Formats: sequence, structure tokens, C-alpha cells
Amino acid sequence: MTGQPYRLPAGGMIDRRRPVNFSFNGRRLTGFSGDTLASALLANGVHLVGRSFKYHRPRGILSAGTEEPNALVQLESGNRSVPNLKATRIELYEGLTATSVNCWPGVRFDAGALIDAAHRLVPAGFYYKTFMWPRGGWHFYERWIRRMAGMGRAPTGPDPDRYERMNAHCDVLVVGAGPAGMAAAQAAGRSGARVILADERSQPGGSLLNMAANGSEIEPDWSSGVAAELDSMKNVRVLSRTTVTGYFDHNFVIALEQVTDHLGSNAPVHLPRQRLWRIRAGRVVLATGALERPMVFANNDRPGVMLAGAARAYANRFSVLPGRRAVVVTNNDSAYEAALELHAHGMAVAAILDHRGLVDGNAVRGAREAGLDVLPGHAIVDTGGRRRVRAAAVAKIDHDGTLAGPTRTLACDLILMSGGWSPAVHLFSQSGGRLRYDAALAAFLPDHPRQSVRCAGAINGAAETTSCMREGRSAGLDEEPAPEASSTSPKPPVQRQVFARYRAGEARSFVDFQNDVTAADITLAAREGYESVEHLKRYTTLGMGTDQGKTGNVPGLAILAGTLGSPVPAVGTTTFRPPYEPVTFGAIAGRDIGALADPVRQTPMHAWHEKAGAVFEDVGQWKRPFYYPRPGENKRTAVARESLAVRNAVGIMDVTTLGKILICGPDSVEFLNRVYTNAWDSLAVGRCRYGLMLGEDGMVLDDGVTANLSPNRLLMTTTTGNAARVLSWLEDWLQTEWPDLDVYLTSLTEQFATIALAGPGARQVLAGLVDDIDVAPAAFPFMAWRAGRVAGLPARVFRISYSGEVAYEISVPAGHGMDLWMAVLQQRSGYEVTPFGTEAMHVLRAEKGYPMIGQETDGTVTPLDLGMQWILSSKKDFLGRRSLRRSAMLDPSRKRLVGLRTEDPEAVVPEGAQILPTPPSGPPETMIGHVTSSYWSATLRRSIALALVMGGRERESHTVHIPLDHGTLRAEICDPRFYDPEGIRLRG
Amino acid sequence: MLLIPCPWCGHRDESEFTCGGEAHIQRPADPAALDDADWADYVFMRTNPKGRHRERWCHSHGCGRWFNVERHTLTHDIVAVYRMGETPPDHGEADGT
Amino acid sequence: MTRYSIFSLARNALGYHRGWPRAWRSPEPAPTYDVVIVGGGGHGLATAYYLAKEHDVGRVAVLEKGWLGGGNTGRNTTIIRSNYLWDESAHFYEKALQLYEGLSRELNFNIMLSQRGVLNLAHNEHDLKEMSRRVRAIRLNGIDSEILDPAGVKTEVPVINISGDVRYPILGASLQRRGGVARHDAVAWGFARAADARGVDIVQNCEVTGIEIANGRVRGLQTSRGTIATRKVGLVAAGHSSVLAAMAGLRLPIESHPLQAMVSEPIKPVLNSVVMSNTVHVYVSQSDKGELVIGAGIDGFNSYAQRGSFQVVENQMGALLELFPIFSRLRMLRQWGGIVDVCPDASPIVGKTPVDGLYINCGWGTGGFKATPGSGWAFAHTIAQNEPHELNAPFTLERFSTGALIDEHGAAAVAH
Repeated sequence: MTGQPYRLPAGGMIDRRRPVNFSFNGRRLTGFSGDTLASALLANGVHLVGRSFKYHRPRGILSAGTEEPNALVQLESGNRSVPNLKATRIELYEGLTATSVNCWPGVRFDAGALIDAAHRLVPAGFYYKTFMWPRGGWHFYERWIRRMAGMGRAPTGPDPDRYERMNAHCDVLVVGAGPAGMAAAQAAGRSGARVILADERSQPGGSLLNMAANGSEIEPDWSSGVAAELDSMKNVRVLSRTTVTGYFDHNFVIALEQVTDHLGSNAPVHLPRQRLWRIRAGRVVLATGALERPMVFANNDRPGVMLAGAARAYANRFSVLPGRRAVVVTNNDSAYEAALELHAHGMAVAAILDHRGLVDGNAVRGAREAGLDVLPGHAIVDTGGRRRVRAAAVAKIDHDGTLAGPTRTLACDLILMSGGWSPAVHLFSQSGGRLRYDAALAAFLPDHPRQSVRCAGAINGAAETTSCMREGRSAGLDEEPAPEASSTSPKPPVQRQVFARYRAGEARSFVDFQNDVTAADITLAAREGYESVEHLKRYTTLGMGTDQGKTGNVPGLAILAGTLGSPVPAVGTTTFRPPYEPVTFGAIAGRDIGALADPVRQTPMHAWHEKAGAVFEDVGQWKRPFYYPRPGENKRTAVARESLAVRNAVGIMDVTTLGKILICGPDSVEFLNRVYTNAWDSLAVGRCRYGLMLGEDGMVLDDGVTANLSPNRLLMTTTTGNAARVLSWLEDWLQTEWPDLDVYLTSLTEQFATIALAGPGARQVLAGLVDDIDVAPAAFPFMAWRAGRVAGLPARVFRISYSGEVAYEISVPAGHGMDLWMAVLQQRSGYEVTPFGTEAMHVLRAEKGYPMIGQETDGTVTPLDLGMQWILSSKKDFLGRRSLRRSAMLDPSRKRLVGLRTEDPEAVVPEGAQILPTPPSGPPETMIGHVTSSYWSATLRRSIALALVMGGRERESHTVHIPLDHGTLRAEICDPRFYDPEGIRLRG
Repeated sequence: MLLIPCPWCGHRDESEFTCGGEAHIQRPADPAALDDADWADYVFMRTNPKGRHRERWCHSHGCGRWFNVERHTLTHDIVAVYRMGETPPDHGEADGT
Repeated sequence: MTRYSIFSLARNALGYHRGWPRAWRSPEPAPTYDVVIVGGGGHGLATAYYLAKEHDVGRVAVLEKGWLGGGNTGRNTTIIRSNYLWDESAHFYEKALQLYEGLSRELNFNIMLSQRGVLNLAHNEHDLKEMSRRVRAIRLNGIDSEILDPAGVKTEVPVINISGDVRYPILGASLQRRGGVARHDAVAWGFARAADARGVDIVQNCEVTGIEIANGRVRGLQTSRGTIATRKVGLVAAGHSSVLAAMAGLRLPIESHPLQAMVSEPIKPVLNSVVMSNTVHVYVSQSDKGELVIGAGIDGFNSYAQRGSFQVVENQMGALLELFPIFSRLRMLRQWGGIVDVCPDASPIVGKTPVDGLYINCGWGTGGFKATPGSGWAFAHTIAQNEPHELNAPFTLERFSTGALIDEHGAAAVAH
């Protein structure tokens, strides 16, 4: 195994028959299948992996899991690049390429490390105290600070991979496939419950994977036996490489499955890269284990300083010895087991320093029996080395951490530390559960749950594998846990982590490795009054890194508590926010991107519009033809041609998108009376009426035409954008306020295709297409509708007009929409029928002075503002009526609808332009209104505009001023009905 | 994401529903008789309790029915669900406790 | 107050930073104050600061039930802008922006105002028209704002996708160059430190449990730390406004909703401007630390839980990746919620109440952070003079009776 000098000769869960080539910072290296990037680097003797966020200090691999704060890498490059991945969480694959983040030119020589030399100038929160000169100067300094910050880099192009979301339901969700979780899943599965067992690793076993085969209290093949049993149960789904990361209300849990991340370029194309599981669980069992804490001592951040449990995992699981000679420092027993196992693998142990003054018990005795040097009441006071730890300075300390003896130096290439274990209560806390502080374990444990959740195993502070399994079994069955077997001797307590107090400023002791938060930073924050945990976190950035403080938060709290002289629980803990582990954006969005970001709604005639070269407009989810440019035409000339065709001949428009609501039931008319401002009692079968709808605040909500189809059956139309909103508005009133009304609503929007046929020739064109409808004006007057066959298709024809011309809207079953469209285009009346889009329609209706919902209205406009008093019934109540009587609604200075004629007939005012009563004199100007609609009217051969102006028509014939980017337009307030104000043409 | 027991369809994800805000706001029988302040109270003012809240939900992507939910605004626990027109279950007032 | 500067920093470095004094005291509440501000967020602390600085009102206290700045001040996406449609809003928010521009030096606390420009995107014809209306009105009010075409958007934001071949293409944007972001915690801390230096008592962990009123006048407050006598009380507790108002027998046109936000892992600078889109419902900026700070719309239900539903996050992510496909492989690091006071017209209520001596400042919805100094400045005036300043005079509670709403929903920019 040349090239992997730290690989042990045998053992581990790697496949030595399958070497894997990879590259790190340009170096070609080899590991084995089953390695993580971290274990492969350690096997190759690479400890210097990254640089810290603030001081750019050399950093190595601290942990073996998701809590890793230091070993962040940029994986791959280009479109597939991912920044800030933890080397401990990357499974090695052939051809993997990784580089260190946040260093330039490289991780060995990093220019940013100059900051480290000036570190005394930049304590926690230094930026709040300076960079204030000159006024606005921060923007200048910030540029440099931003460049220094930021870790890895964004990919350079769109993501070539695919993600999906998966919904799942289960009776019991078990999080974590360690001994507790496996026992829980097994028990629940045997009971017949639908079970999901999720674990972030590639194989089940949890902490068992990290233990020496003979180091466990249980049968060596227990976990493989349970795994096989779980696999065989149809009611159990085991999700590996799946991190449960968010716990929300009502037992809704999200988990990220890394489907192909471990396959590199061998990933099959049919699989998504990652899958976000959205799980609704009846019960949740959290068997999430515990995370080991670092010790806080001077220069505790050098590469080669590692958590003891991590070193144990590297040796046992990956068969890598992370060093040759270790100094172990601990405040609890677990590090002894690690030291013993590593020693058995051949590592020299220079000493085991225990912060506890009196130590005893099996672990300590075992270490002594193996010949290891156990030094109670000792601590590390400093370390040596630059890119790799070379020595530890150790000394005796007394019970509160004060130095109590001379310092001596131990040579080493590895420092293993264990500051006790923090149960992984993150998900429990996310679920709303309360935590309690356990002084003996120096840890926060789950206390009162708020949802249906049970915790089992090390998350509860359990240390023995057998008790984890017992807790798991009872949690899986939701039973009371069986009483603890009496033989288990109580563990000696974990001492509250003490840290030696040296002369301030001598060297930094790191608490948050990633964000470079030191013990001195924490005491500084406390001294300055940032005493709340949240203040501490925000002021120092403790726990705000990509590891979210999984290792550093509790030591930080202990230091804060010590500084304030209060117990840890009085200081409290921060809220754990989702996610437990970062979640890929793409996986959160799933397939809801690109064309699937939002449904596209198309009419049955869409294909024709596309073929005709229509420019489309998004209206809500619909695609509507905006205009149909012919070769050589631009928007203005196309719209002019289309609108002239309607005025002079016939135009055809696809109006399928208008909302259609069928209203049935004996109280339908009464219902309309309540929701529309006008009265509906007199509407005869066969007739149509225009209606205006208000919110209870009196503001215009929507408008449309409603036709009386037959007794107790009416068909309402709504605007395109408001169709869904109006239907739910009506349903809301019917169901919650007026359940006594016998009325039923049905949306028919997509059941019918509708075309508008408009223009002086419309009647003649229609006549050529029907044989059972008399289209003569007397027989088929304005605001009437008829049923019959149009071009042989079953149809309803409504004689209504938004253009001011004779016009018909023809509805046929949606499947016949294209047939109808083609039939009208190909009719032989002698008229050429010109398709027109929404913009020509806007022009035509503006020429008539008809307001358009969403253009003349914006939620602040009443019918009075639109000059539509005529549509407000005085004989009945209607929604919003009372609001119209409020003082501000009657204010004569309210903005009201007017027409605008520019002095220069060629000048088309931009829509949205503001209107001034006097020529502009410099801001702030007095604005009296704004232009709501403005067009070139080909019919009138001049520009026209509608506007909302204070005082409205009272200003008629006044000149107003409209400032533009360059210059000012003058215009005259006028009647908004520019064309055929008497409405002769549409009744013709 | 809430799990809402629709009285017609059973438990469904929140994403199928629309929240309509405070329930039991009776539209005044004769709005014209109200002064501006009383009318504003009906249109705009809301109880907005921190605690149990009776509110309207519509199973808009399901059966389309409106119904009432009593839900705790701090814990999000759903205390009761009842159909339109039904009297709210009596277990103390929905208030800010 | 020890002045903060590069020199004091250097001086303190010599003493290993052991000489820094407390940024603010931690006083016991006194039995009597002339004015008590309820709510130790940015708005409350700013109110106290301006009361002490600009008005001779005597003893002032700020009562905070938790830790100061712990509500929406510390939970928002830190966007600052004044590009509002209606004159009333434009003038009010512009006052705030102008105060922000001098705030670091005024408070001697670097709030890191970064005027990196705020873009509001337009995705359809309707958006373009609204944008035209808004930008013209804003400019005529003397506030900077400009319109960008898609190419101009690309110049400002090189990583944005302006391809026409997406569901909601970018057709243009408005840009307020003076808009930007600031460090939200620093705004609270800076105001707290400066107010404290002027004698304001900032009392944390002090929850108001009752308002004593006699003959229609405020007499005092009951708190978790005893009774406090005072003739003037300003309620500035976003999220909990209805709860406090109810103690005085008042009903408000407000509902409390969750508003969620998130950050990505930190990456090297990739997004210089603040980008907002009302149509696809997302807004994003990149913090100095390198995190993308992302927000969306509110959850639909009432809540006091500082917790929302994950579907809102999913929707905002889809929207974000539409605009920035290259963000797809980045990762969500942290996600949280605040409680926002939502008013029917998306404008705040800042003024007097029917109870003498009781003033209220609430209803900022999703956009209160940007108004912090202006809100405090005007509210201080209102409390001190017992009369609103002309800036906040339109933002009364009575407007819901008269109908003189300032509706920034329908017409204006994204309401946050």
C-alpha cells in the first residue's frame, strides 16, 4: 500500500480490492472503496485540509461525521461543483476532485493568513467598532471583507443534475440506524407497523461501525442480522444515505437522500442526484446518537488535533491510523476506550491527560493495565507545530482549571480530545420539544416532547450499547422502557469542561473552529453585555458556521456561564433551527423548476396562435396572444392593423381564458344581487347583463357579463386573471355566510372554448356560419344570447361587446375550439377575418373609455372613481356598499377616471406616467394622478389615454403636465369615451 | 406543514387548503345602519389571539368545502374541526390564553 | 460611552480587549418613568433613542420580554429601500433611508449599511406597467429610482438568468441604487448603546402583563418585574401588537403571520445587488459573510410560533432557481421564521390610540426593518408632542374607519 502510509494492514469496512483514484488540491492520491474523502486523506497522511473562515489558520480533520467544522472542500468544478462539503461526509468515488476552500494561492501558503498575524486588532465584533469613516465608507471596506469571506464558490453554470421530492407516510419513522434505531425499527416492524428507518451513512450500524469488532458488548453480527431482517419485512423501508434534517409541525419531517453522490460520473442517468423525502409520520423515534465535544485549550485548532471518537472511527471503520503518536486529553471515560483501541492498532500514546482530578473505573484501569500513562488533573496548555501538530505542552491543573504545576512538552503528531458528548437533540428541539440540562453528563437532553416523538439511545445520554438497544425497542413499540438491568455500574460523571486560565492574549483557544471564535471572544462578548445566548451567538458568530455549532456550542455555553458566574441551564441554549445538515437547493425545489415551475395554461387554439407567429402575454398562468405581427411589422403597426380590422371589417379573438362560472339553483338571482352592485331580478332568459363586483372594502374586485341560460341557471364570466379568485370568493360567501341560499357554483372555464367576433361585418360572418339562429338585430339584440349550431358545432352565442362594435362571443365545447376557430377563418362571407390579440382589444376598449380590471383598477379604486354610479343599485344591499359611504370615499379630491388628449397627437404617453397640475419645478412634485392606459389609436389617428386624476371630470378641459425622462408632455383632461360615445355602433 | 382533518375528506396536507382567517365574523344584517367605526370593526378588525383561534379553512384543492378549525396559534395544535353552521365545541372560550 | 474607532480598537488590543465597557447597562426597572416603550426591537430602541436625543421627555425605559433585538429585528432579510408608490409611504421610508445613511456615525456603531442597490424584477406586461408607474412617482418625489431593461439587469446581476426561454422571463427591473442591506443586529445594538448612553433604561427579560388605565388615561404597566407607573406608553412589539392592544381593550386591524427566511452556506461573492421579485415571490441578497439571504411571502395562517410551513420554503426555492439556475447545488444552511403584523393595506399604524397616553407603532408587516430609524424618529415625535409628525400623520388607526387606506398591496412594490 505505498501511497497510503497510514493505512492499517488489515481490517475495516473498506474494500481493498477496489482502489479508488482521486485528486486533492491537484495531488493524485489513492484510497479504497468504502473510504470517505477524509479517511482517504488521512490514509495518505494529509492532515492540512482547509483554512479557517476569519484568520485563515491551517486546519485539519476534526471529526468523522456531519459535525465537521474544519475540513471543507470544493468538490469538482464547473457546473457540477459543490462548495463547502465536509470531507468527512463525502464518499470516495473514482476520479473525485476536491480542493480546499477559502485560501489563496493554496492551502499550504495562504495570503489570507496575514490576518492571523494581526489577530489582536480583530477580536469578536471588531467590525461594529470601526470602518465608520468617512460617512458611507463601509461600502468601500466591505468590498475587501466580502472577498476574504465566503468559503467555497458557486457552480459556474446551470445544474445538469435532476432532483425529486418523494412523499411518504408511515406509522413509525426511526431516525438513525445505530443500535437504538435498529432495535426500534425491528420492534416496530415486527409489530406490523409501517416503518421507515433513515440513516445518513451508507450502511446501518451507527456507532457500532466505529467500534473495534471485539470492543462491543453485543454479538458482532447483531447489526447485520437486524439489517437483513429489516430488509425482509415488507412493511419496513430502510433509507440509507438519507439524513433526516428538518422536523416541522404535525410530525412532518424532511430527509435528504443522496442517491448518486457516491457514484461520481458512474451515476446512472435515470436516477436523480438527490431526493428530498417529505415524510408524515404517526410517531417518530429519534435515535440520533451523540456528538463528541472538543476541549478548549490554547492552539487547539492545529491539524492533527482530533476528536478521540473520530480517531477510533478512522482506525476501526476505515482502517486508518491518523497518527503515530498521540496525546489524549479528556474529561470523561470514552476517550480511554478510543486510546486503548488505537494503542492496540499500534499507535503510541504519549499520555492520557484527564481534567478530572480523581479517576477510577474500568476504563482507567484498562488503560493503566495496557501500560498507558494516565495523568489525572492534567490539561494541555498549548500546542506546537504549524501545518501539523508537533507537540503538546501539558501541566497539572487544579479543580477550577488554574495551572498548578510546571509545564512540560510531549512530542506527538496527533492530539485526541474528548470533552464529553452532546446528545444530538437538534431534531427533538426542532419538533418543539423542551430540553433539560443534565449536570452529570454536562449535556442538554430531551425533556418534554411537544409532538408524537420518542428518543432512544445516546440522545438520552445512554452510554452502553445494550441500554441503547433496550431503549430503542421500547420506543419502537411506544412502550415504557424496561427497567435498567441492575448490574450496569453508574458511569463516573463527565466533569464540566474546565479550561486552563492563562495570561490573557497569550494564545487563542478555539471554541468554534470554523468561525474562529475563541474563549476570549466569548468572555469579551459577556463583558460588553452580550449576555443572552442569542446575543453571544450573533456578536461572536459562535455556532453560525456550516456546522451550525454541533461541536462548539456547548463548550461555548459553558464558558459564557463561567464568565457570568451562572449555571449553564440559567444561561440557556439556543433554538435549534432546521436543517440539521445543509440541504441542496435543487432538492428543495425538486421538479418545480423550468417549465414545471408553474403550470402553463393554453387554450385549444394555442397551436394555431403559435403557428401564426403570435407574441404571447402571460396573464396569470395563461398564455394569451398579445398581437400577431406580420413580416415587417412591429408591435405598434401590428396592433394598429388589428384594431383597424375590427373597426372596419371583422376581427377574431381567442377569449377562452375568461373565467366561466355556472350558477345554478333557485336562489341564483338573489345571490347575484348580493355579490354584484346592480340588480338582477329583471334579467330574462336569453339575456345578458354586465356586473361589477366589489370587495367589502368597496374596492372594485372584478367585472364580467352574466347570461341567464334558463330558469335558475346563469353563466357568469370573469376576467382571465381573477377567475379562480372570484370563484373562491363566491364559494366563500355561499358556504360560510349564506348557507341558506340554494345555489351551486361550477367552474366551466376549461370546458368551453370561446372566440370573440367583432366588427361591422361580424353579423354577416356569423350569419354564414349558423342556420338555426336568427342573427337579425331585432331577433338577436345587443346583450342577448342564443343557443344553436355554429359551423355545425353546438354553441352558445352571446351578443356582447368590449370593442364598441357589433360583436359576438361564441362558446363551443373546448374540444371543438380549434374547429370553430378554423371555420371562422375560412368562412366565405366576403369579409377577411383578422385575428387580433389582447393589445388591440385593450386599444379598442380604451377608445370606448371602458375601464379594465387590473389596469384602471389596482385595489384602491371604487366604482365612483370609475364614474360608474349608474351600476350601483340604490334599492338593495350588496357587498362593499357600506364602504362607499365612508368619508374618504366621498372626498372630492379622490382620483377619478378621465380621458387624456395629448397636445401633440403623435405623442403616446407612457403608461404609469404621473400627472402634474403645473409644469414640473423639481422634486418633490405635487402629483394629481397617473396614466392608467395609453395607446396609439389607429382609428382616431391620434394618441389616447385614460388616467385617474384627483377631482376627475371636474378638471375637464384643464391642461395637465406629464413629465417624462426627457421633457414634459402637455395634455388636456377629457371625456374618457373617445369613440362613439353614444354606443350606436355596438347596438347596430 | 400542518396536517388538517377536513371534516369531509379526512386528514390532508396543508398544501391542499387555503386559510380564510378568523371564523364567526357575522356580516351585519343591516350595514347601512352601522357607523363607520362599527363597519370598520367588521371589515378590518381582528381578534388575532395568541392561543386558541377559531378560523376558517377551505379544502380548496380537495372537496372545495369551507369549514371551521380551532387551532392554537402558538403550538399549531388543532384542537377541533367542525363544519360550517355547527356550534363550536364547548371547551372554554377561544381566547388569548 | 467609550467611543468606538480604529484607535480605540488598537488601544484595547494592547490590553487584550479586557478594557471594553458594557455596550449598555442592565438596570433594574425603576418604579416610575415618564415614557415607557414596550418592545426592545429596532423600532422601540430607535424610539427611545430619539425621545432622549430630540425631545425633552424625562426618564425613558424600554421593556423587552426577551433579549433585545430578538424579534423581527434579528430575523429579517435586512433589506433597506424607499421605493414606495404612494407619497405618504415614499416620504416616510425615505426619511428612514436618509437617517440610515448617517446612522453608523450618529450612533458610533457600524451598522454596515451597504447601499448595493435593490432591483425589483418585472416578469410580465402588468409588472412593467406597475414598474413604470412606481418609478415615475418615486422619482418625482425626489427619490432615486431607475428602470433597467433585461440587458441592464444582466449588467447589474451577471449571474441572473435573463433568457426568454423560462416560465417567467425577466422583462425588466426597477433599481434603487441607494437601497441595500444593513446588519440587522447592529441596528438594534447601536440604538441600544446610544439610547443607554443618553440615560434610557433598557430592561430585558421584562414582560408586560397589563396596562393600567383610569378615566381613559394610561397610568402604568404591570410587568413580570413589578408595576411601573407612567403616563405615556408606546407599544412597539411587532408580532404581539394585538396581544398588547387587547390589554388596553383595543382591537387592531392586524393579523400575526409567520414569515420565513433562510440562508445558504457562505460562498465567495457572486451576487452584488439585492434582487426581489413579486411575481415569483422571492427576494435574495448576499451577506458580507457570503451567505445568500433568501425570503419569500408569508404563511397563510395566523401564528405566534416563529415557525412556518416547509411548503413556503419549497415554493420560494423553485422561484429562486428560476432566477438563478447556478444556485441549484448550493445548500440551505439555516431556516427560521418571525411573526409579522399584517395590516389590510400593507402599511403601518404609527400614532395615537383612543386611550390617552397610549401610542402604537405596528403593522409593518414584512417590511419594518427598512423603516427602523424613521419609524422611531416619527414615533418619538408623536409621543413627545402628543401629536403625530406630518410624516406619520396619514398612518393612523382611524384610517380604517374613514377609508383613507394607504394600500401598498395592489399598487406598489413587493411589500417587504
